[in-house]
Amino acid sequence: MKNIKVLGTGCANCKTTLKLIETAAKEKGVTVELEKVEDIQAIMSYGVMATPGVVVDGKVVHAGGVPSRDKIAGWL
Amino acid sequence: MNAILNRQPRSFLAVAAVIWFGIYKILEPLSHTLVNALQLEPGSHAYDALQFFLYDTPKVLLLLAGVVMVMGMVNSYFTPERTRALLSGRHEGVGNIMAALLGIVTPFCSCSAVPLFIGFVQAGVPLGVTFSFLISAPMVNEIALALLFALFGWKIAALYLVLGLSIAIVSGYIIGRLKMEAHLEDWVRNMAHVQATVGVDELTLTDRISAGFASVREIVGKVWPYVLAGIAIGAAIHGYVPQDFMAGLMGKDAPWWSVPASVLIGVPMYTNAAGIIPIVEALLAKGASLGTVLAFMMSVIALSLPEMVILRKVLKPRLIATFVGVVASGIMLVGYVFNAMV
Repeated sequence: MKNIKVLGTGCANCKTTLKLIETAAKEKGVTVELEKVEDIQAIMSYGVMATPGVVVDGKVVHAGGVPSRDKIAGWL
Repeated sequence: MNAILNRQPRSFLAVAAVIWFGIYKILEPLSHTLVNALQLEPGSHAYDALQFFLYDTPKVLLLLAGVVMVMGMVNSYFTPERTRALLSGRHEGVGNIMAALLGIVTPFCSCSAVPLFIGFVQAGVPLGVTFSFLISAPMVNEIALALLFALFGWKIAALYLVLGLSIAIVSGYIIGRLKMEAHLEDWVRNMAHVQATVGVDELTLTDRISAGFASVREIVGKVWPYVLAGIAIGAAIHGYVPQDFMAGLMGKDAPWWSVPASVLIGVPMYTNAAGIIPIVEALLAKGASLGTVLAFMMSVIALSLPEMVILRKVLKPRLIATFVGVVASGIMLVGYVFNAMV
């Protein structure tokens, strides 16, 4: 099972990102472990400078802005 | 269209620019034709108001879409990582100027302010230079400039650009001179220093054009209700609210403290550049002075309580207070200078 973390201090774009990943996973029938990381120190430990960021299995795959549907599909 | 975009991105851009310009040119005659079709009497109040609304709304939205499209493409060259690499190791002075300029072209969302701040400091960007960026990025942005240009003309837009940059450069320089590194939260200071690196940039022109369209969809999609509201308010209050309604409070007859008061009122208000435009339009139409209104607008955009709450996690209170104090003074100065000049 894939572990996906969404990094963000709780802005609108971060919530949209989380929802998009959730829907995409449901559509594909993939079960994922989705986490929200809101603590600024934890976010910084990933070396991300622009939120929302997305971490898949411990690897930063996206930073800054809401990711496109195609990009999300690629992660799943 | 998609095939051209993929194979001939340059031609695609040229064609898109011609179409954009063509639409822009026919807007005014088209608005007259439309109003005439409604059989209103030319020169009547209703005719003017309707024609103004039908012309101004698409004009402003079209200009905004054009500017956002271009900036979306420019933004794709300036990722936060690249900006950081450009600024790390810069000295104060030149660094402040570069930071303020980069603040215009680097994509920035206020919710990213803190991660960006830490990322910069961690890579050895001087504190004052980081602040120049942090002040310029939200305040001098393409949406504010495009809307000012479309609604009030290029002179006001240019003045806003120059003054916004000056505030960012000077405030950052002062904060740097004050040597307040000790007032960062301890965990920020104790973080490991990182080397600023830039990933390989493999975007094609087609990708950049797509990025431009994506930001048009995102930004114009979000902003158009505010623009519509601004123009509608402008058209609606015309003739109903006395022309010099605001003159005594924020205009030529206002007391000296109207500028600081406008800045103070602006701090707890929190909205983006687009949200403030309807208010600016209404205030200016009713006799408020330009300097006071600009000071209010800058204060709303650049100084906001929610942002300070987030910044508190990385800055100690004295540094936050200094930041607010220096920026607020700069904004007030701009207000007074403007009022004296115009």
